[in-house]
Amino acid sequence: MTTGVIFATSFVQRANFIDALYIVAFSLFIYGMSGLTGPRTAVPGNKIAAVGMFIAVVATLLTPHVLHGSSTPWLIALGLVLGTAVGIPAARNVKMTAMPQMVALFNGVGGGAVALIAWVEYRHAFVGVGVHTHLYPEKVMIPSLFAAIVGSISFWGSSIAFGKLQEILPGRPMKLPGQAQSVLNTLLLVVCAGSAVVLAAGTHSQALFILGILVAGAALGLAMVLPIGGADMPVVISLLNAFTGLSAAATGIALNNTAMIVAGMIVGASGTILTNLMAVAMNRSVPAIVAGGFGGEVAAPAGGPALDRGPVRATSAQDVAIQLYYARQVVIAPGYGMAVAQAQHAVRELEKALEEKGVTVKYAIHPVAGRMPGHMNVLLAEADVPYDLLKEMDEINPEFSRTDVTLVIGANDVTNPAAKNDASSPIYGMPILEVDSSGSVIVLKRSMASGFAGIDNPLFYEPKTAMLFGDAKHSVSEITSEVHAL
Amino acid sequence: MTTITEIAILVLAAFVGFEVISKVPNTLHTPLMSGTNAIHGIVLLGGLLLMHEATGLLEHVLLVIAVIFGTINIIGGFFVTDRMLGMFKRKPELPPSGEREGQKK
Repeated sequence: MTTGVIFATSFVQRANFIDALYIVAFSLFIYGMSGLTGPRTAVPGNKIAAVGMFIAVVATLLTPHVLHGSSTPWLIALGLVLGTAVGIPAARNVKMTAMPQMVALFNGVGGGAVALIAWVEYRHAFVGVGVHTHLYPEKVMIPSLFAAIVGSISFWGSSIAFGKLQEILPGRPMKLPGQAQSVLNTLLLVVCAGSAVVLAAGTHSQALFILGILVAGAALGLAMVLPIGGADMPVVISLLNAFTGLSAAATGIALNNTAMIVAGMIVGASGTILTNLMAVAMNRSVPAIVAGGFGGEVAAPAGGPALDRGPVRATSAQDVAIQLYYARQVVIAPGYGMAVAQAQHAVRELEKALEEKGVTVKYAIHPVAGRMPGHMNVLLAEADVPYDLLKEMDEINPEFSRTDVTLVIGANDVTNPAAKNDASSPIYGMPILEVDSSGSVIVLKRSMASGFAGIDNPLFYEPKTAMLFGDAKHSVSEITSEVHAL
Repeated sequence: MTTITEIAILVLAAFVGFEVISKVPNTLHTPLMSGTNAIHGIVLLGGLLLMHEATGLLEHVLLVIAVIFGTINIIGGFFVTDRMLGMFKRKPELPPSGEREGQKK
């Protein structure tokens, strides 16, 4: 009996068994992640990856010595329980509009964990305890220092991204004048790299230098993200996500842990690709984004408010309803304003009301409308809008010339014709929804404030454009009841 | 495991990462970012593995915070991704539009 238990215990604690569990775990990560790339396989894919994570955690807890010590199991339990107690309500209660900053936050804590682990790991590289062989301290040292720097950048950078998206910090680029910003960033990078070299070459623990590295990494994270405008935040979050992955892989090398190496590296690699895909969708390059704020060279937004563009034409919900009623085809172009106002259900109601009156309604989805690629799809799907009514940019652009009325709901920069025909505009070259080629345009907006990129939109001043000011949800509901009344 | 084996694993994993992501519809960028975000919560293992080696108050505090952070990253990450994807799932059943690979039979 007892021997059986001992046998079982020793069996599950065999190094080979643990390694096998890790292999199962990372296979599930890879399988789950490839599921996440297709709409039908995405939901099970995410769950499969979560199962992989569970297996990896269990395998780690089964590893010999991991639970040794009287306080160790309790401290581990404390961390797991507190983390769960914070994580679940945060994930459960966040509004769909606040999703981007939530992802930034979860990414940030991951980076923070890496930095803290690297700190402890560094301290241990010189102490004669633990699982390390100590024959090759540099094998622990170099990845740990890398992880400390990158983890720290990721934690602080993500915190800034969170602050900007949550509008605790201004979304505008915050930048030192002239070349000072790039000089500062280069200097911080040199400090990080320099301290790392000093530490790696050293023969005994130097507590101050590791703190210096963490602080310099933190400063670099702040200095890197603060000058970047809010509109580029999704790309930045994706980039920091890749960073955290790489630093996790580095920690895995320091700790001889295959699951960490594989999981960290696939995130690092896929995150890099994803970052690039997002930047391409916005016609921006990643180096340009990292190098400085959106339109950082343009002191006042291009063609700013100072320029008199003539009057804008305001309209009423009743007029809009009549215009929509007599249209054959209406295209709805949603943006962040719809997300903020939580207007997606109201929009769906309007769509149904118009369809009842025999109007064809389609949705024009710009790849980066909202604050994240796919943001609009998520919201409209929540409101049960049929998937086939959502048209991607390349599909809908040729349709605008056949469209009688385009309803722009809280979208701004993604409809800005300056991106097509004003070479001095900071967003020049970004592909846009060509709403200005439709018969007429109605823009639902809270005020004349410019979009996230801080650029004025000439669309609003065109003769065929009418503005309906007010909260998007309220305006849309009003239009819907007017349509019903017709 | 030797360092060179680990570096080999690292390089192969990088190629897997590149390969998996090469074709993703725009719609799924955000959930994918969020899902990969949850996966790098694997750093939690580092906190778990080091806890029993920790000496002194500072190291214990650092590692408990690291475990809390890692757990938030994992639990929050997978949960949020599931919620995002749930938005897609709830839509009424459509005839397969054929542009994406179908479900396995």
